[in-house]
Amino acid sequence: MPTEETETQNIEGQTPFTQAPDNPAEDKAEPWGEQTRIVGRRHGRIDGFERVSGGAVYPSDVSLPGLLHAAILGCPYPHARIKGVDASAALKLPGVHAVISSADADANPEWHQGGRIFNDTCRYEGEPVAAVAADNPYIAADALKRILVSYEELPYVSDMESALADGAPKVHPDGNTVKTDSYSRGDLKQGLEQAAVQVSGQYRTASEMQTPLERHGCVARWEGDQLTVWESTQGVYAVQSRIAETLGLPLTRVRVIGHYMGGAFGSKLDAGGYSIIASVLAKRTGRPVKLFVSREQTLLTMGNRPPTRMDIRLAARQDGGLTAIEFTGRGASGAYSAGGASLLDWLAKDLYQCDNVATELEDVYINAGPARPFRAPGYVQCAFAVEQAMDALAEKLNMDPVALRLKNIPKGSPAKDNLPYTTDGLRLCIEQGAQHFGWEAARAEAAKRQDGPIKRGVGMAAANWFVGDGGPPCTVIVRLYADGTANLNMGASDIGTGTRTVMAMVVAEELGLELDAISVENADTGTCQYATPSGGSKTVPTEAPTVRRACLAVKDQLLDMAAKQLGAGRDQVVFAGSEIRTADGFESLKIRDLDRLSNQKVVVGLGERRHNPDDVSITPFAAQFCELEVNTRTGEVKLLRMLGANESGRVINRLTWDNQLIGGVTMGIGFALTEGRVLDGPTGKLCNANWHDYKLPTALDIPPELISDPVMLNDDQANIVGAKGLGEPVTIPTAPAIANAIYHATGVRPMATPINPLDLLPRLNQET
Amino acid sequence: MTSRKTEHETPAGPDLSRRGFIKSWGAGAVAVTVGGGYQAQAAEAEEQPLAAEALSRVELDVNGRPHSVLAEPRWSLLHVLREELGLTGCKPGCERGECGACTVLLDDVPHYACQVLAVEAEGRRIETVEGLLDGETLSALQAQFVKEDGLQCGYCTPGQVMAAEGLLRRNPDPSPDEIRSAMSGNLCRCGAYAHIFNAVAAAAKVRKG
Repeated sequence: MPTEETETQNIEGQTPFTQAPDNPAEDKAEPWGEQTRIVGRRHGRIDGFERVSGGAVYPSDVSLPGLLHAAILGCPYPHARIKGVDASAALKLPGVHAVISSADADANPEWHQGGRIFNDTCRYEGEPVAAVAADNPYIAADALKRILVSYEELPYVSDMESALADGAPKVHPDGNTVKTDSYSRGDLKQGLEQAAVQVSGQYRTASEMQTPLERHGCVARWEGDQLTVWESTQGVYAVQSRIAETLGLPLTRVRVIGHYMGGAFGSKLDAGGYSIIASVLAKRTGRPVKLFVSREQTLLTMGNRPPTRMDIRLAARQDGGLTAIEFTGRGASGAYSAGGASLLDWLAKDLYQCDNVATELEDVYINAGPARPFRAPGYVQCAFAVEQAMDALAEKLNMDPVALRLKNIPKGSPAKDNLPYTTDGLRLCIEQGAQHFGWEAARAEAAKRQDGPIKRGVGMAAANWFVGDGGPPCTVIVRLYADGTANLNMGASDIGTGTRTVMAMVVAEELGLELDAISVENADTGTCQYATPSGGSKTVPTEAPTVRRACLAVKDQLLDMAAKQLGAGRDQVVFAGSEIRTADGFESLKIRDLDRLSNQKVVVGLGERRHNPDDVSITPFAAQFCELEVNTRTGEVKLLRMLGANESGRVINRLTWDNQLIGGVTMGIGFALTEGRVLDGPTGKLCNANWHDYKLPTALDIPPELISDPVMLNDDQANIVGAKGLGEPVTIPTAPAIANAIYHATGVRPMATPINPLDLLPRLNQET
Repeated sequence: MTSRKTEHETPAGPDLSRRGFIKSWGAGAVAVTVGGGYQAQAAEAEEQPLAAEALSRVELDVNGRPHSVLAEPRWSLLHVLREELGLTGCKPGCERGECGACTVLLDDVPHYACQVLAVEAEGRRIETVEGLLDGETLSALQAQFVKEDGLQCGYCTPGQVMAAEGLLRRNPDPSPDEIRSAMSGNLCRCGAYAHIFNAVAAAAKVRKG
């Protein structure tokens, strides 16, 4: 799909979801069917012990003999020219081993986002100016304070509107527009004329910041010309190639290890400047170097969901059928091109059936930290506009919001020339979710509870996600040992979703083993097979079929061995659980009784990810439902219950599936109600560069009832395990479901995130 | 803490002169000795303020065993547990008392180890997540975190476990609201709170027998 490929590569300069050239063979195998032994169960993680015992060694826990600790000095201004860096005082401090900066050409390679690691002109607050390596973190911090930097402050822009105004200060010499994009199908004007009803509105979303618990960073060690980097990352191979490219090294000289990592949500798909800085400092000092940025620096510099302004118009016939969708979206990349408007219009053009659609996108530079992909880039923002507009349209049509959506379910992907979906997942999510939530009764009951200052409301929203199909490249190896246990070798990182456990379950299912007979090694470019980063909700649909493919390759060899040993024809032997039998059932062999296996000690099965069928659109779907109360005297929103219905094909591990759902909803609650970057007007500086002021959802912010309600089906057209991606669809509909429930409760429509009491209360007083 | 605060007040950037820096740096050292419980002992032993970077012996009771380490007065308990004692279950998340990833028990009560100076922890009973294990056997609480999948990336998990351990020691039979409240000082960006509550409730049941 050329259009899809273009889009996936547009998400960021970082190409997180790169598609490889397709393998010629389409992936076919007998589906597992309804009756599975291991797959589909609730299973605790196979690495649960390490994660709860404190024994898991995260990159930030790595310690090596002679380890030095590094720290980065960030520019204190949103836009400044560096006139000089004097590190002499820092270098005199006992315990300081090296200081590098833009003054140091050897330590300052070109960087893929434009410019270098240290730039003479800093375009956002926190942009690296210098870095130090010292005996411990305290001395490193002392040293930073002794680096004298002379800055010339430059005019800056910190919001999209100012950036586009005439005479605005320029973030880059060629202006503040990163790029524009447009899309259309049908005839918008005609669609608007056909309509009986129209709604329109302008929605805004604040910049949300990933802030994983483990900060961004790595440990770098040289042994001669061989570099090893322990990095907190979603993709060891992506980090390897970026470091190799930046430092001019062959891939084989760079080993990246990321066995555990403490969260990312899109912000660790690629190497960071810190990866390079640590490597350079390690080379220079001849010592291993640990560099993890400070919490403040993660908020300033380690990515964000771009802020947006979205104008949307929906038009429909009296029966609810959509006749036109017009969407204009603007997003801010930050100081470097980083996908400020990437995928921002996709839900507008792809969620519902509509013949006449026009969208326009604009991505602008501002003097703030560059965006990075953040869990469902573009989709989370667009859902806030599209799904509230649908709610408004339903009201205007005097239709139930669920009924309006069901009226507009497409059979294929509208933005991909109606390429047929493999399932009717959108309808199933909405119908099943509405039924299990008790939608109609809850709506009716809430409408009765409008006396007094506490108003109750019920709302819903739906979504899809365009890359939940996975695809090549991906290679894995499964080794079956002589005692009948197996090892899985794959490159993919387990970013907390339970990838290791899910893939071990696939191996156990296919080879007829118990889960404790499987070991998994992963996320190490030195020892593991190739994988793209774990992101885009493509890890399960990419890796799981490849793992099954490797198991099938193992079984092929075992059947060869059994046929010879039993003196039967190759087509006369079959697997029956963990045994191999002759087709007539007279003879059987346990796998560990295979003579050939005993002799050669191991059978190696190679799995390569084959391409997806190109005549269908493999898409995961979601719908969420929310019941809440709004205190009209304080503007506070109290979530009472939420339900998420997802169709992502086969459920492999119900326990980690449910965890994704509750986690995605929780993150969506933060986006909806509490999170937003605040840049100070008079200084351009980040006001909430810490977790006291930038408010993540806490244990007290989630509803007491939070239900995961998967649509159970096996999408056997999708791939040979029947599973699609889940991690992103679970967070897309949350904010509009909450916003629609707030509207239902109060009649006030939230037009911007975060929907906080400060903004809501005056409107409640005015409009109700 | 006091030391760090003083350093934050140090003028930074182009106006920083070496003389001005040393002046405020010295003030930081004084603030440490008058600010912490370490003061009396330090004064007796040395009869003059220690420099911030001077190493002194600190006796710590960690997971039931005595430890004697050389530490700077300004070092946090988090730093000493990780870098001096190798107890990396205690995780740095923010190092400013916001996230709870470094939660440990001091005399059975959850504390953020980043907000406690190592010298302040002398004479306290310090417990980290590693101390909950019996050899290679998980405690009932840790086992329930695995069983209920009360984690995702696992980075905040040791802190969550210690906050829960503190709760169950003071309140063996917590209500759902008491669990939510007790866990509200520990951020989980993956958003596994609902499963964490399940784990804590299940552990309470198991511990009651």
